[in-house]
Amino acid sequence: MYDVLIIGCGVTGAALAYELSRYQLKTAVIERENDVAMGATKANSAILHAGYDPLSGTLMGQLNVRGSARALEICQALGVPVRQCGSLVIGFTPEDRTILEELLRRGRENGVPDLRMLTGGEARGLEPNLSPAVTCALHAPTAAICSPWSYCLAMMEQAVLRGTGLFLEREVQGLERLPAGWQVQTSQGPLESRLIVNAAGVFSGRIHNMAAPHTWSISPSRGQYYLLDKSEGARVSHIIFQCPGTSGKGVLVAPTVHGNLIVGPSAEPVEGEDTATTTAGLDFVRAAALKSVPSIDFRASIRNFSGVRARASTGDFILGEDPEAPGLFHAAGICSPGLSAAAAIAEHLTAALEASGLSLTARETLPELTPHPLPFRALSPAEKAALVARDPAYGRVICRCETVTEGEILSALHGPIPPRSLDGVKRRTNAGMGRCQSGFCGPRVAELLCRELGITPDQVLQDQKGTQLLIEPTKGRCPRDAR
Amino acid sequence: MPDRNSPEVLFDSSPCKKKNTKRYDLIVIGGGPAGLAAACAAWEAGLREILLVERDRELGGILNQCIHNGFGLHYFKEELTGPEYAGRFLSILEQTGVEVRSGTMVLELTPDREVHMVGRETGYQVERARAVVLAMGCRERTRGAIAIPGTRPAGVYTAGTAQRYVNMEGWMPGKRVVILGSGDIGLIMARRMTLEGAQVLACVEVMPYSGGLSRNIAQCLNDFDIPLYLSHTVTEIRGKNRVEQVVVSQVDKERRPIPGTERVFDCDTLLLSVGLIPENELTRQAGIEMDRRTSGAVVFEDMETSLPGVFACGNAAHVHDLVDFVTAESQRAGQAAARFVQGGTAEAGPVLEVETGDGVTYTVPQRIRPDRVEKGCGLFFRVNRVCGESEILVRSGERQLARFRRDRLAPGEMERIILPRAALDQAEGRLTVSIREVDAV
Amino acid sequence: MKELVCIVCPKGCRLKAEGPDSITGNSCPRGAEYGKMELTHPTRVVTSTVRCTGGLHPRCPVKTDRPIPKELMFEAMAALAAVDLTAPVRTGQVVAANLCGTGANVVATRDL
Repeated sequence: MYDVLIIGCGVTGAALAYELSRYQLKTAVIERENDVAMGATKANSAILHAGYDPLSGTLMGQLNVRGSARALEICQALGVPVRQCGSLVIGFTPEDRTILEELLRRGRENGVPDLRMLTGGEARGLEPNLSPAVTCALHAPTAAICSPWSYCLAMMEQAVLRGTGLFLEREVQGLERLPAGWQVQTSQGPLESRLIVNAAGVFSGRIHNMAAPHTWSISPSRGQYYLLDKSEGARVSHIIFQCPGTSGKGVLVAPTVHGNLIVGPSAEPVEGEDTATTTAGLDFVRAAALKSVPSIDFRASIRNFSGVRARASTGDFILGEDPEAPGLFHAAGICSPGLSAAAAIAEHLTAALEASGLSLTARETLPELTPHPLPFRALSPAEKAALVARDPAYGRVICRCETVTEGEILSALHGPIPPRSLDGVKRRTNAGMGRCQSGFCGPRVAELLCRELGITPDQVLQDQKGTQLLIEPTKGRCPRDAR
Repeated sequence: MPDRNSPEVLFDSSPCKKKNTKRYDLIVIGGGPAGLAAACAAWEAGLREILLVERDRELGGILNQCIHNGFGLHYFKEELTGPEYAGRFLSILEQTGVEVRSGTMVLELTPDREVHMVGRETGYQVERARAVVLAMGCRERTRGAIAIPGTRPAGVYTAGTAQRYVNMEGWMPGKRVVILGSGDIGLIMARRMTLEGAQVLACVEVMPYSGGLSRNIAQCLNDFDIPLYLSHTVTEIRGKNRVEQVVVSQVDKERRPIPGTERVFDCDTLLLSVGLIPENELTRQAGIEMDRRTSGAVVFEDMETSLPGVFACGNAAHVHDLVDFVTAESQRAGQAAARFVQGGTAEAGPVLEVETGDGVTYTVPQRIRPDRVEKGCGLFFRVNRVCGESEILVRSGERQLARFRRDRLAPGEMERIILPRAALDQAEGRLTVSIREVDAV
Repeated sequence: MKELVCIVCPKGCRLKAEGPDSITGNSCPRGAEYGKMELTHPTRVVTSTVRCTGGLHPRCPVKTDRPIPKELMFEAMAALAAVDLTAPVRTGQVVAANLCGTGANVVATRDL
């Protein structure tokens, strides 16, 4: 019997697992996919918002500022790329200015530090590539960019190192009340836990409906993005938002911690987890972005993707114990600013769990945090030389666009949560993230996956289950092809 | 990069720059056909301290996976496969004293020609050179570069990646294939995968003409009854885990899909053969002037870049259609590097800027120093449309310097002319290369 | 009249054939020869790979040392699937003789 079983290992589930791992509890996270961060966490704007957007009095308003500050601390402690580059919300018209003033007011209510209004000229002073049509801007120096999947992974890795269970490729099929807790039916047999936390992202409505009457629902909203090559990475140095409309925060243009430029998202209602991109969606994003920053060179696009945000019918995060199902806690409707708020959501839920009887006793000794080392490419020549001298695997560059070495990939493959796919390796090391999009390193990473995981090439996955890269050997199947 | 003070990353600083070590005459970056030809030519020209750096385990570059024949007709006067063509140069290289470091990747080239490199066996080294040849080759354009809408399942490969899997690893990436783009690698892979038992359903080309050689249309598509859809493109990829379908639509003159023309192919694989991009991260990093039209360095008549003593050749300079031309160009670069080191370079004198006129998308070289041209200066270019009988015109201002006739011009085929020194001497300031289709009477 | 694209060299001449002995549009004698063959008895050089153990790669590239009848290409591929090589292999080494009775040998095209 677990004390707490968390359903879903996106950033919310991982942040909670990380928070709970400080206490003497038996905790586990259950995840239907073959890796962590496989839903909205891997496909979003990668922003830690300053916190002026949400209405004060909402959970979003309450948790954004605190969450972003905690995220910054956690990223720095765990060696996760993060950079507090600040954001600008830009306005073109007097109406926009009114909206910016409203955001400024909300921001002050939510406790966002150092907000200030700028003229168009001042904004262009900070960002020379901004459109000349910009007449005003709201500057928020605390906004930051981060690597959402690294953040999620790093927290879950620490939790695992502290003894938290992680069940990958295990899908929840039903929830049943026990006298003192819950039985969770899964694709690989039942698990029992005193308390359950539903952090299932776009599927949190489905989990809710397994245990309690239908009181709220989740409507998935899709956002489409462009990712541009590093040649465009310095086009802007702040996160550039347009004035928020009814459908979200609008299209942003931002640098990424990996040195690229991200542009998006659109906002469209979709069914389920439909992460396709569309011509209309991408055209919309491109046109909107060019309105903010007319000089973006979209020829440097290296990838399009889309993510699905879990928008709740209540319009706010849904956090806490279900009144109809004692012992079942929700962390649902975690759309933007969910990534920013995740660490504060974890604290909020931990308090709620405690309030309903979970006793939190700090562990006497906590294993030392083991931060991710800097990637090879970020080391100085002397550091690189020393590392290669110590371990020659760091001398073999596998991904040439991002300069990722065999040593880094081996380290990921033998880490606390080993990747099982090309994209899993990419999320951990950046191999394949560059301008050739794994054209060159894909076969080499596949070779390493075969060697280290003891699998055959036809078992190598691109990403989730069912995404086999290769079908069959040429020249007929032959026993010795099973390397 | 994040601010970090993790103890994990603080290694002992050990000096990696060798003090008082030798300086190479020449470092060639890249051991594909361009690098091999440049290194051999520089040796032939008398350089003796040459280092050839290759990131792969073996030399030969992309030729190793191009197992089809058709290489070498110009240079060796016989038809060879890619590995055979590479093998010929490896034999030549073996006769020289060129030092080879394979499994070694160059991380940085500094403007004063220090080359930072790292390898599993060779460690992290910084070597100095009197001259450098950049021969890094090119990469393929990907799905992200052309923004094909739809889902993102496995089964979408660039043609070259699929070629590596099939020809070198011995694995089929799929069994029912649609190919987007009619570049040569795509056409070659259509035949290759068909022979290996896959069904190639269609080759789809957005332009009204093929991007590959006519003979590859004949022997790779027509031989196997694979339909070529010109003025069509892939407008949607479907499938959750593996590709399940692709939607192909006809496009109008502006290359916009025409609604109502969609046709759906049930397939498990989409191969992309939609263009090649010269690899020039090192070039940019060294501050060398680039040409947006070629995506390579701006080069002079002897393939020297804007950084004296640094030369570029092969597909890193511009994308070639035939390896034979890569060889010839790279030999010129190797010879010029040797002259540079040996101090035999003529005074630069005046510089002519070569400009692209009507119908011409780029030229290589982009700059010519007539005083360094002996008899004639070879000039490569590509055209932006298919033309029948045409003239290639070279002008300087109002003055016509040279004229060449061709029966046919096509964007998929590189054109080459030789500008006589005498013509160059009449030019002032700039040259313009243009094409004019001769009116069919 | 039949139109053909010559595949002898990258130039890709457009041939016009009134009959096997009446080929125009070629720019070299090999083109005329190709046109004649293509009308009477089309042939192709087949390039492929065979299994190989003990080398740097699990496949060795090969080719037929002369063109074989076009209609035998798939039969030739089936025959190659039965070949097993062991490194070392030298360029030009015969890995299958008299392929499908055509008289053509299959030779390795690289050292492995």
